[in-house]
Amino acid sequence: MSRRTSPVIPGFGLTLGYTLLYLSLLVLIPLGAMFLKTTALSWSEFIAVITDTRVLAALQLSFGTALAAALINGVVGTLLAWVLVRYTFPGRKIMEAMIDLPFALPTAVAGIALTALYAPSGLIGQWATDLGFKIAYTPLGISLALTFVTLPFVVRTLQPVLADIPREVEEAAACLGANPWQSFRYVLLPALLPAWLTGFALAFARGVGEYGSVIFIAGNMPMKTEILPLLIMVKLDQYDYTGATAIGVLMLVVSFILLLLINLLQRRIATP
Amino acid sequence: MSLRRFTLAALTSALMVGSLPASAATELLNVSYDPTRELYVEYNQAFNRYWQSKGHEAVKVQQSHGGSGKQARSVIDGLRADVVTLALASDIDALYQNGKLIPENWQSRLPNASTPYTSTIVFLVRKGNPKGIKDWDDLVKPGVEVITPNPKTSGGARWNFLGAWAYAQKKFANDEAKTRAFVTQLYKQVPVLDTGARGSTITFVNNKIGDVLLAWENEAFLALKEEGGDNLQIVVPSLSILAEPPVTVVDKNVDRKGTRELAEAYLNYLYSEEGQRIAAKNFYRPRNAKVAAEFAKQFPTLELVTIDGAFGGWKSAQPKFFGDGGIFDQIYRAK
Repeated sequence: MSRRTSPVIPGFGLTLGYTLLYLSLLVLIPLGAMFLKTTALSWSEFIAVITDTRVLAALQLSFGTALAAALINGVVGTLLAWVLVRYTFPGRKIMEAMIDLPFALPTAVAGIALTALYAPSGLIGQWATDLGFKIAYTPLGISLALTFVTLPFVVRTLQPVLADIPREVEEAAACLGANPWQSFRYVLLPALLPAWLTGFALAFARGVGEYGSVIFIAGNMPMKTEILPLLIMVKLDQYDYTGATAIGVLMLVVSFILLLLINLLQRRIATP
Repeated sequence: MSLRRFTLAALTSALMVGSLPASAATELLNVSYDPTRELYVEYNQAFNRYWQSKGHEAVKVQQSHGGSGKQARSVIDGLRADVVTLALASDIDALYQNGKLIPENWQSRLPNASTPYTSTIVFLVRKGNPKGIKDWDDLVKPGVEVITPNPKTSGGARWNFLGAWAYAQKKFANDEAKTRAFVTQLYKQVPVLDTGARGSTITFVNNKIGDVLLAWENEAFLALKEEGGDNLQIVVPSLSILAEPPVTVVDKNVDRKGTRELAEAYLNYLYSEEGQRIAAKNFYRPRNAKVAAEFAKQFPTLELVTIDGAFGGWKSAQPKFFGDGGIFDQIYRAK
């Protein structure tokens, strides 16, 4: 009885049904099929595939570079969101539009452009070579490509939250004697953190799975700069569908655990 | 099964191959690999003229290009190719092994092991050849950087690998340990392993990485004609491998679509004088002796070993060299 009266907005059954169908078609069935495909492997075969030294090296690289990219965007993205929300200056609208470009650009184009710039012969790469280090064809280059591709996530999740915090809150903090750092640390940060974590998690998850842009800048040397999605492609090129899905499942499980942890952390922060 | 369906959906949309109408007898889908694009654009027009002169309707030939292995996979996953024209026989063998789309003896159905044109692997170096590269030996000299794609993901790169192997095999009189050491050293001097031939060309030509690019002869000729080509030159080694990119009708698809007659005529015409001439004009070595003589000046002579002669065919070379844990994997695993 209470069930019938509780939703204020009608159409609960219809919308839930639609949601379920939509999620099933787009997410659950493909992922389920993936898990099903791996069952063609015995447990020991599956373990053998995912504990291969090359797979482990790639796993470390993929998650490490994605983490680095998400952290960089966590800091710089916050700054960008802050500047875009809090200040008005000429060219702000253009800057605003530029933030989304990494989403619109085909990732392969981004990869090729970044490689051209950061390769030892490139405009910026030359300068790095003079200083004695390499950007393209190293993990640094991979992080760079991922930072580019995942740039919008943190900025776009923080912007509305920042805009929602009235200026008066900061002014009140200042009136109460807080210095700028204190009002940032105790007033703004707690309000921003849940959204920041969401942006961070999105950027991280996207980075782990990114293929198109990384493949050009990575150099793809086995054991050194070979990302997990590339290993999946290598397996597919050998018509080893089950081996490829095994790595896919590994990535999925690790990502899921990490995202779950981030979600739990978020909940803890949201409910003090 | 489901995975295949989903990859199929993704791939077909990526290839932008429109859905084929029910009566598709006047349409043909040729699934090929990357460097043949220009060749088939020209060939399709010629074939159309020939086909219409025989009293048939005009044919709309759709072309799809990509990495050879990936193209084979999309056909296995359900892309309805009438004919495949891929970079190496093992990619076409896969159509038999996965899904029985063609009979096992597909390669004996057309002349020259179903390979109407061939190519070889040559070196592309910077203008003036500053590192003095003349032969495979020079690739393992200290300080020489070699650019070649990953043979696990690129068909062309497998020819590169086998070319180096064949040279070393001859040089060391079939001493396998020494041959392996030579090829291992060569791959130690590869700073970037791109996933495909086009990627390697970009790395070498546009990003100016490395001193020598191992390339298909036809790709090398094309690179000279394109932007930045003035800064490059071709070096022909003393020995290389005869790269044989074969063709076949995809039986399951043509029987379902009723396009067998057209598809077979399409491939057969590749062996005609006109077809051979178009191949030669696009820098593929023709099989036809008369056309070969016409274009003799274009193609330098060198010792060419074959996959069947030196390696016992793809069926044994593919697992031995490029399979999981094969010789290529061992090169990178032994640290």
